[in-house]
Amino acid sequence: MIIGTAKETYRADEALLTTRPQQVWMAVLLAGLAVLPFTFNAYWTYLACLVLINVIAATGLNVLTGFTGLVSLGHAAFMAIGAYTVAWLERDIGTPLLLNLLAGGLLAAGIGVIVGLPSLRVKGLYLAIATIAASFILHFVFVEWTAVTGGSAGISLQPGTVFGVALVDYTQLYWLIMPICVLMVTGAANLFRNRIGRAFIAIRDRDISAEVLGIPILRYKLMSFALASFYAGVAGGLWAYFFRVVTPESFPLLTSIFLLAAVIVGGMGTILGGVIGALFMTLVPELLRFGVELLGPVIPNAGLILSPVRTIVFGALIVGFLVFEPQGLTEIVQRIRRFFRLWPFRT
Amino acid sequence: MPEARGATLEVDNVTLAFGGLKVLRGVSFAAQAGSVTALIGPNGAGKTSMFNCISGFYRPSAGTVRLDGQDISRVKASSRAALGMARSFQNIALFRGMTVLDNIKLGRHAHLRTNLLQGLLHLGPAAREEEALRAEIERKIIDFLEIDHIRNKPVAMLSYGLQKRVELARALAMQPRILLLDEPVAGMNREETEDMARFILDVKDEWGVTILMVEHDMGLVMDISDHVAVLNFGAKIAEGRPEEVQNDPHVAEAYLGSGDPAALMRRLHAEESAA
Repeated sequence: MIIGTAKETYRADEALLTTRPQQVWMAVLLAGLAVLPFTFNAYWTYLACLVLINVIAATGLNVLTGFTGLVSLGHAAFMAIGAYTVAWLERDIGTPLLLNLLAGGLLAAGIGVIVGLPSLRVKGLYLAIATIAASFILHFVFVEWTAVTGGSAGISLQPGTVFGVALVDYTQLYWLIMPICVLMVTGAANLFRNRIGRAFIAIRDRDISAEVLGIPILRYKLMSFALASFYAGVAGGLWAYFFRVVTPESFPLLTSIFLLAAVIVGGMGTILGGVIGALFMTLVPELLRFGVELLGPVIPNAGLILSPVRTIVFGALIVGFLVFEPQGLTEIVQRIRRFFRLWPFRT
Repeated sequence: MPEARGATLEVDNVTLAFGGLKVLRGVSFAAQAGSVTALIGPNGAGKTSMFNCISGFYRPSAGTVRLDGQDISRVKASSRAALGMARSFQNIALFRGMTVLDNIKLGRHAHLRTNLLQGLLHLGPAAREEEALRAEIERKIIDFLEIDHIRNKPVAMLSYGLQKRVELARALAMQPRILLLDEPVAGMNREETEDMARFILDVKDEWGVTILMVEHDMGLVMDISDHVAVLNFGAKIAEGRPEEVQNDPHVAEAYLGSGDPAALMRRLHAEESAA
């Protein structure tokens, strides 16, 4: 047991944040999120929104792949379903924004259940292929069903409005995206404090014993697919309000790979992993671009020469983290925690 | 758990065939409510297949399995937990990455009611249910099996004997009326075996749970069982009280190849003093 964490009630012992440093860091993070749009310029607020959208999608995928052990390479298609649902409702129906987001999530969840059906029989790489196939079918639908999706041209949106406020600039969008992201990540974290999340992990670790314990495996696998797709659908809906145009090419297969990489690099099967992974995958390319710009005065034609290098460095970083931190970036956080646990008495 | 009363399990004329291979041929026996029944036999006799039929992984080709008179042969494996059936596995089937506490909590899954939405919010009902579960597990199971010092350890870090004990704890969390133990003391040293024997008897006496076990350790079988059924090549060859089975020439023949009960006793004693 960690020193200084004795609790007097079981409720306190099973809280989300059990140690004082955890509580302090969470408070710092929330305060940081609250002041971010006031302290940074529009560009960084834009990036923050992008990170938060990716955090929602990656957290969903983490529930499915990291916690339930079902690999999906079709996650981008569920984002697309959410985005198209929102765009279509905005264009043709005019329902309120929050309702549109919910509808996008629920439709994605429904289709996620159908896509998840093969998971009863196939696992691992085979399931990954099945989900890719599903995403290609959906892509075909997005291109061909022009009456609803606008075909290859896609759908353009007017700025969304919440409580009478039009979401035009990035700061306004931030105040929509950030609270939703915080709520959804908290929800995912909560899930693993009770029977639902435990059942997901049980199925991942040893499905035969899960069955003996009375866990209906197919039902829980489909539940996990539905939940992951719901998260993707909401993220896609926010994406639609953010970029205000949805086309079949908005969510390519590369986005699915991007999200899976985020989960793996961040740390599979930990909530923090999905968050850090999405942060890393979204921000590092930008930071590298910054680095290239800084080198501009030193090396002539820096942009031209170094932008391919930037991609290589990004790839090398991912490979490096996979080799040196196979448990993901969260493992670094854990190591820092362990270091300071008895600091300065033992280091 | 006072609500857990033992259930009677009756296996009636169960046959299991994989293609032309008959693994079980018309086996019948019963485990009486609140007793310890042992299923023994040489390797390959069909003991684990019998267990898999009882717990629902295999569907018998013929015959029935009844729990308190109710035919459960067609009930899905995952639905048998709710009927009060719990089992442990020969090669431990714990969730290795999880803590001891989470493993035990999973045992109660079928009796909990939190749904997905409540789970995401973890307020009100879900939080109360979890708290009550934790309190009950602490009071009734963790204390009872003397595993309070390891409750927050990941299972993978524990010794083999402790892992077996955690598996028993998880099975007890299922509020079973019948407990199927597949080789509960296999690979254990003398001290661990004696601990496990004590726990099995305590479970029977204090919880009133019916126990059916497959076991190769004849010392344990003879000491703690009320009733023994012997399988050989998929057929039942003997049944009765431990001392009756010990003196049965068919049993001696199955184990030794010669029908002399005295030889079997000598070998048992030799094994015991070697252990």
